[in-house]
Amino acid sequence: MATLWGGLLRLGSLLSLSCLALSVLLLAQLSDAAKNFEDVRCKCICPPYKENSGHIYNKNISQKDCDCLHVVEPMPVRGPDVEAYCLRCECKYEERSSVTIKVTIIIYLSILGLLLLYMVYLTLVEPILKRRLFGHAQLIQSDDDIGDHQPFANAHDVLARSRSRANVLNKVEYAQQRWKLQVQEQRKSVFDRHVVLS
Amino acid sequence: MDFLEEPIPGVGTYDDFNTIDWVREKSRDRDRHREITNKSKESTWALIHSVSDAFSGWLLMLLIGLLSGSLAGLIDISAHWMTDLKEGICTGGFWFNHEHCCWNSEHVTFEERDKCPEWNSWSQLIISTDEGAFAYIVNYFMYVLWALLFAFLAVSLVKVFAPYACGSGIPEIKTILSGFIIRGYLGKWTLVIKTITLVLAVSSGLSLGKEGPLVHVACCCGNILCHCFNKYRKNEAKRREVLSAAAAAGVSVAFGAPIGGVLFSLEEVSYYFPLKTLWRSFFAALVAAFTLRSINPFGNSRLVLFYVEFHTPWHLFELVPFILLGIFGGLWGALFIRTNIAWCRKRKTTQLGKYPVIEVLVVTAITAILAFPNEYTRMSTSELISELFNDCGLLDSSKLCDYENRFNTSKGGELPDRPAGVGVYSAMWQLALTLILKIVITIFTFGMKIPSGLFIPSMAVGAIAGRLLGVGMEQLAYYHQEWTVFNSWCSQGADCITPGLYAMVGAAACLGGVTRMTVSLVVIMFELTGGLEYIVPLMAAAMTSKWVADALGREGIYDAHIRLNGYPFLEAKEEFAHKTLAMDVMKPRRNDPLLTVLTQDSMTVEDVETIISETTYSGFPVVVSRESQRLVGFVLRRDLIISIENARKKQDGVVSTSIIYFTEHSPPLPPYTPPTLKLRNILDLSPFTVTDLTPMEIVVDIFRKLGLRQCLVTHNGRLLGIITKKDVLKHIAQMANQDPDSILFN
Repeated sequence: MATLWGGLLRLGSLLSLSCLALSVLLLAQLSDAAKNFEDVRCKCICPPYKENSGHIYNKNISQKDCDCLHVVEPMPVRGPDVEAYCLRCECKYEERSSVTIKVTIIIYLSILGLLLLYMVYLTLVEPILKRRLFGHAQLIQSDDDIGDHQPFANAHDVLARSRSRANVLNKVEYAQQRWKLQVQEQRKSVFDRHVVLS
Repeated sequence: MDFLEEPIPGVGTYDDFNTIDWVREKSRDRDRHREITNKSKESTWALIHSVSDAFSGWLLMLLIGLLSGSLAGLIDISAHWMTDLKEGICTGGFWFNHEHCCWNSEHVTFEERDKCPEWNSWSQLIISTDEGAFAYIVNYFMYVLWALLFAFLAVSLVKVFAPYACGSGIPEIKTILSGFIIRGYLGKWTLVIKTITLVLAVSSGLSLGKEGPLVHVACCCGNILCHCFNKYRKNEAKRREVLSAAAAAGVSVAFGAPIGGVLFSLEEVSYYFPLKTLWRSFFAALVAAFTLRSINPFGNSRLVLFYVEFHTPWHLFELVPFILLGIFGGLWGALFIRTNIAWCRKRKTTQLGKYPVIEVLVVTAITAILAFPNEYTRMSTSELISELFNDCGLLDSSKLCDYENRFNTSKGGELPDRPAGVGVYSAMWQLALTLILKIVITIFTFGMKIPSGLFIPSMAVGAIAGRLLGVGMEQLAYYHQEWTVFNSWCSQGADCITPGLYAMVGAAACLGGVTRMTVSLVVIMFELTGGLEYIVPLMAAAMTSKWVADALGREGIYDAHIRLNGYPFLEAKEEFAHKTLAMDVMKPRRNDPLLTVLTQDSMTVEDVETIISETTYSGFPVVVSRESQRLVGFVLRRDLIISIENARKKQDGVVSTSIIYFTEHSPPLPPYTPPTLKLRNILDLSPFTVTDLTPMEIVVDIFRKLGLRQCLVTHNGRLLGIITKKDVLKHIAQMANQDPDSILFN
């Protein structure tokens, strides 16, 4: 039963990852296709020439029209000087995707916000809730050293994982407890004993 | 009774902080492959299964490339935005950073390319003006405040959710790839926290980079995606092949250099690199680079901010300053490694290590307070490198390009060497101060409890030194054209010296001095420049810096951190040159009790359990009998524990007085004895043995090439002792006059 669960879970995660990959590719394509009118420009930089100071010209124009004659308006010099002026100018066609930037920043900020909320919940709210619900006795939990010197501890751990639990909520609670213990172990190794990553 | 043909769950897995058995993993994979190939002839379904099994490696590489590329794009765009958040915000859409805010603006002038009305600095938002001393103070205050906020968030997230997400990650990944197990180091939470806090750490203005942590992020992606494929999930050796490829993808997105990434993975990170992995790593690196390019984080189809675009030639006499830069890089590398390791050791052993959050905040505060006044330290380090690599033309208006244009025409866009204007001199002073600040502060920043990389700060130090030297040479060439050196190679009015090239060579030299990379460094740098023109200067500088740094200190920064942490990493590149023998290293030593062995069919369950609880050895040799000491095989502690537990629960009749036997058939026993327990399936029937007179150099070679954990020592055919990897490492340390007790893990 557990192996079937495990197999289904893995298949599900593989499918979801493939979907994620496809959606990334689609997003990349979309950002190519949905070219915002403002996301395309031709930038011409013209250095100082005779009495004219340097100037930068921007224009939303297609790539084949991206040159000095189309972009520099109004032309500060006239007649035969135009060619000499334009020779010094450098025109570059640039493209960006403001949609990608917006989506990325919003995704990042939302993940950061969620993590901060969860952190506040774990460090401040949960101990208060637990104290109210269970009283003081429950707080003296197994917070002590689970050290890896117990010979049979790991064996129990390994065999226990193969037992299946019926209740989904129990499973979530169990997984969260295990994760907390793991993080505690990691914190001890890194911050207290300075055994890893010093 | 043996009805348990299928393996018990847990047998064949490893404990945390233990080394894997490469030989066993590789042979298991070959067995699995053989079984699939044999079965594929039976039915169409089995044939499809075998084809999909072969394909699964490539599909996995594709997924790793896609995921790493997307995460790198996320990190780049967010870091770019958050760095500018310290200075102001864009009113035309808060998600734009400074450059993108002014992208479409009509009000950008030639001299002031940064100013546009859509971008408001904090003083403009708070006191509605940008001029004056008060505005400066407000900007200063907001800058420091944002930096402290970002650093505080980063270190608290690391501390609460994933303590393994701190540091660079490359030393630990090197150790993991050599066969060590650190559970959780490449897990989901570590991935999420490392990605999020890397952006925060880079944006807080600290002197660190994101290239090393990107390798860690890519390896986490690789490890997580391995769980979807049975072939890689169950086999630790195959998984490490995937991780090597993922590391290549990580460097590829960091530098936009796929080939350099593969070579970096080959040279620096991986331990065993079979040829199959080479092709697959290249594929993963290419997919990752392609994904990043389609996300287009920097808006100009470039993968890195500091891409070099000039192609001016260099001259032979310039090799002298390039070699000088190489010497500087080597000296700086050796100095940095020594001071950084001393500071990290202090953090590890004294009170300093008990206050990680406060340490991060103090270092950030000092960095931010010292960085704001100088415009070259205020900008992000990548932008600084980009500006230093830039060759000045007529169209640049930055302070570094403030040359006096005293010439009549410019032929073909090439500018001759020009005398420096006032702007250049003041930029030189500021850059010198930047150099000193960066050299000092990076020593204290690398190794703190936030994700921190080392590539960008070293490149910055080298680029500043290179640019200073380049501008000096340029002015020397201009003002002393009558010297023979310049006369023969530089004609009047020609573009002789390119300071941007000196900056690039300096960056390569410093990076090489710190990490001791050779081939991968040159390839990364030449992929950054897009051409083979500058290969000779880069190689000259990289080789010089490596030789100078090797003369002053034996190891690169990553090997030094491995040694500081005491990881059991057997260095594959050094020769073992001493004439000791196997019997000098083996345990038990002369005065110790005899080797703890199990007999093949005369021990009870209770005896074995007593041995397990009284000793801490990770494995026991099995002999025919205690008198003969003839070797049968080797059995691991973890497998014994799991099998005995399982047998007590599932097999009926197994009690403490049951006999355990490792032979094919049960030994003859008197009637009315409890049922026996057969444990032959967990016994390794082909342990490696050497005789006691084998020279240690051969033993060390065997350990390296085969990836052994332990090796049994025999004398005249009888079992005498055991040599473990830890013993070998301690012996090497002793021979090199280092402290053998610093090797911590088993």
